[in-house]
Amino acid sequence: MTAFVIRRLLQSAVVVFVMSLIVFFGVNVVGDPVDMLINPEADQEDIERAIRALGLDRPIGEQYFYFVKGALSGDFGRSFIFGEPALKLVLQRMPATFELAFTALVMAIVFGIPLGLYAGLRPNALSSKTIMAGSILGFSLPTFWVGLMLIMVFAVMLGWLPATGRGEVATILGISSSLFTLDGLSHILLPAFNLALLKISLVIRLTRAGTREAIYQDYIKFARAKGLSENRIIFVHLLKNILIPVVTVLGLEFGNLVAFSVVTETIFAWPGMGKLLIDSIQQLDRPVIVAYLIVIVLLFVLINLIVDVLYSVLDPRVRIGESQT
Amino acid sequence: MTTTANQDPEIAPTELAGQFQSPFRRFVSDFFESWVATVAFALFLVIVFGALFAPLISPQDPYDLAQVDVMESRLPPGSMSYQGYTFLLGTDGAGRDLFSAILYGLRISLSVGVVSGIIAMIIGSSVGLTAAYCGGRVEALIMRIVDLQLSFPAILIALMLLAVFGKGVDKIMIALVTVQWAYYARTVRSTAIVERQKEYVEAARCLGLSHKRVLFHHILPNCLAPLIVVVTVQTAHAIALEATLSFLGVGLPQTEPSLGLLISNGFEYMLSGRYWISFFPGIALLLTIVSINLVGDQLRDVLNPRLQR
Amino acid sequence: MTDQVPTLEVVDLATHFFTKAGIVKAVDGVSFSVGAGEVVGLVGESGSGKTVTGFSIVGLVDPPGKVVSGSIRLKGEDLVHANAERLREIRGNQVAMIFQDPMMTLNPVLRIDTQMIEAVRAHRELNRAAAREIARNALGQVGIPSPNERLKAYPHQLSGGMRQRVAIAIAFVNKPDLIIADEPTTALDVTIQAQIIHEAQTLCRQTGTALIWITHDLAVVAGLADRICVMYAGRIVEAGPSDDVLDRPMHPYTAGLIGSVPTHNKRGERLRQIPGMTPSLLNLPPGCAFRSRCANAQSNCQQTPDETTPFDGRRLRCHHPMTAIERQP
Ligand SMILES: Nc1ncnc2c1ncn2[C@@H]1O[C@H](COP(=O)(O)OP(=O)(O)OP(=O)(O)O)[C@@H](O)[C@H]1O
Ligand code: SF4
Ligand SMILES: [Mg+2]
Repeated sequence: MTAFVIRRLLQSAVVVFVMSLIVFFGVNVVGDPVDMLINPEADQEDIERAIRALGLDRPIGEQYFYFVKGALSGDFGRSFIFGEPALKLVLQRMPATFELAFTALVMAIVFGIPLGLYAGLRPNALSSKTIMAGSILGFSLPTFWVGLMLIMVFAVMLGWLPATGRGEVATILGISSSLFTLDGLSHILLPAFNLALLKISLVIRLTRAGTREAIYQDYIKFARAKGLSENRIIFVHLLKNILIPVVTVLGLEFGNLVAFSVVTETIFAWPGMGKLLIDSIQQLDRPVIVAYLIVIVLLFVLINLIVDVLYSVLDPRVRIGESQT
Repeated sequence: MTTTANQDPEIAPTELAGQFQSPFRRFVSDFFESWVATVAFALFLVIVFGALFAPLISPQDPYDLAQVDVMESRLPPGSMSYQGYTFLLGTDGAGRDLFSAILYGLRISLSVGVVSGIIAMIIGSSVGLTAAYCGGRVEALIMRIVDLQLSFPAILIALMLLAVFGKGVDKIMIALVTVQWAYYARTVRSTAIVERQKEYVEAARCLGLSHKRVLFHHILPNCLAPLIVVVTVQTAHAIALEATLSFLGVGLPQTEPSLGLLISNGFEYMLSGRYWISFFPGIALLLTIVSINLVGDQLRDVLNPRLQR
Repeated sequence: MTDQVPTLEVVDLATHFFTKAGIVKAVDGVSFSVGAGEVVGLVGESGSGKTVTGFSIVGLVDPPGKVVSGSIRLKGEDLVHANAERLREIRGNQVAMIFQDPMMTLNPVLRIDTQMIEAVRAHRELNRAAAREIARNALGQVGIPSPNERLKAYPHQLSGGMRQRVAIAIAFVNKPDLIIADEPTTALDVTIQAQIIHEAQTLCRQTGTALIWITHDLAVVAGLADRICVMYAGRIVEAGPSDDVLDRPMHPYTAGLIGSVPTHNKRGERLRQIPGMTPSLLNLPPGCAFRSRCANAQSNCQQTPDETTPFDGRRLRCHHPMTAIERQP
């Protein structure tokens, strides 16, 4: 187990190294670093000074060294717009994004698993076919357009839910979240559902496919032959087998949700990292862009790592396989 | 597709009859067996037709300033224009006929999607073939890169590139190609590896056939079926991704009003209840993506030898 | 025993699969009975409908399969028309089944104790500790060393033989009246096979449990079963006391099966295989299903042979049974 974790850590380090190279060369070779990192409104003298301060007159290898050094100490420069350290800005917006992604994840599980299970258990029922047609649609609908339609229907036409912003935030046990207030909940419902839609469809499909496959397995039949109740067969024998792959996939999808929240946050004016990124791209606030990219790469690597470890804890087959090697 | 678990592969009577048909005829008849796929295919043809002949079909050239009247902006669907034709789907914020704008927008969306798809296919297939053909370290390295890229969501990579390059037609093409090539590389490689190990390729090599011949006459034709499936799925993805990026304002410039931009431009009127400016371009986008996806689904079922009954 | 109600009585059972390609008559008019403490061997080639017969009894035929006619009585109680809840009560409690493949029968993500305790508690109001104790004893009975540790294991940590023993322990755990063992030893190697057969036999004799032992291997049932039913293409073609059937097979198919058992041949002589293959049960034409492979076949074999009773206790479906001379090698 420890050997496994260490090996995965090393792999992750390589990925982060490669990505830092790509971001660095993206900024320094493809794009003009002066454009990228220095406020375009600065005058010539400022630019010269900044070039020297940033070490842009040094050889490229040395520059990379300083880039990594700065990045390691959390220094990606200051935002041109806000004048604050870029990393701090990104991290400040992180809780809002995580809250959104987390809520979407919960929605994906809460809606996706029961619907998928139902569709898998009664594949020929009309209701199951409707669920599956819905999930195909959920895959094809562009997220941003669904967001608009949600606003149109629930905010404009029906007036039930607010269309923009995060709402009131409360702090419980040191965690500030809008999930703790009614106002916050009403604000998060639409964007979270928007973000979740694709994942709900995914979970429905995975759960249905898993159910269809498991239902014909001998161990399910054997469970029946033991005289177990249908509930126990479905909710213990079947579900536990299906849940492992579904949870793994969903874990991996958390990073995906964070990435996709760029779209949802923009539509619902949700003050998260994603909206910050789009604003920064449009305002050419490059230090923030670089900081966001590095943060998200780290996040992805971390998620992959956690999911791998969790998976090995969850699935006894994998767990044992690893401990024996 | 129905699941037939636990069932012995009994010989189906149609199997024998099918053997005497040409593979292509069989493919066509299998494809149109499903009415959903047939409708989707017909819809797709209509969309492509509409896009190709947009100047002939649309009542107005929405980007000819002489034909557009700002006084007619934001009219609801069904309103009459001064020129005497009906704004079937209403007008947008600048007074353009939305139906015409959608047809013109489809042209841009489709061409961006298709062209980037083709370029990605050429690049990705070549890389995948190279990997399968060289084997060893080259293959391992290439597949590592493919895996690494596929572990990040497409939208993130696209945003990354656009953040570095800025917006523009060429930039978004680069982004879309970068996002897609890995899928092609993976598909082609996995098929080519299977083919590589088959005896007839060995035999062809022993016969002293040139690499080129082996490649074009033996390996590539077998990669065709999976490639076709990936092309449809990826084209739908590319169209959706372009629309998303353009909607976010980091994709195409306003001079290339794709469906995504039309939707984006209608967004500001949404809250005042003028839904149609965003709604109808969205429906057009949705129909395009859904029809391509459904066609792709059916292609996968028909072309997948494991599923053939 | 004859005037008592048998533990299981199957009369004219027919189970068909209604597939897209047509009707598969997997079981088509099967009758037999098993008394308390009796071991009946159900023998036949792959695809002859043995497993489907077993599943029909416990009401676990998968769609598109259905029991279309006939009756199944467990100590007089009708199982064909029993409702779902009653069937559930019976399964695992009065009738237990052991499956063909020990690798697949235990749920891979649940521990052995979970899977055994739930089997006990599905039928008896016991707390977990008491159920666990019963499970532990059951494991001990089937010859599993250090049952306490095994209980905490996951299935993949056990060997195939161990897993099959667990499955057998589960089958016996509620002291059922009838156990249907579906080729429980085919996937195992010969020594373990012999041990398991011995254990199952002992347990049955001790508890008075009736046992249906399904197999394609005549050698296995020879030393185990009191009576043998030979199945071919969904029908029982010959039945009778084991020794009797093995010594004096009357159906050409039974004779062929016996000829293909290794021990029956002289050394150096080639094994005799029955030529040809089991016919597809899909849209099976009328007539004796064995006729394409039968040396005795004549034109009247185009008609389905009725069941006859040549001797007391023997049943047969054949127009031209083997004579004593033909049986000589
Ligand atoms: N779900 C099903 N759908 C269609 N046909 C089926 C199904 N299950 C079983 N059959 C058919 O029923 C027939 C009998 O199958 P069964 O499993 O009872 O054979 P068996 O005697 O147990 O063979 P084996 O020794 O291989 O286990 C087979 O010909 C099979 O094709
Ligand atoms: S009925 Fe005819 S074909 Fe069938 S086993 Fe008897 S002799 Fe052979
Ligand atoms: Mg069987």
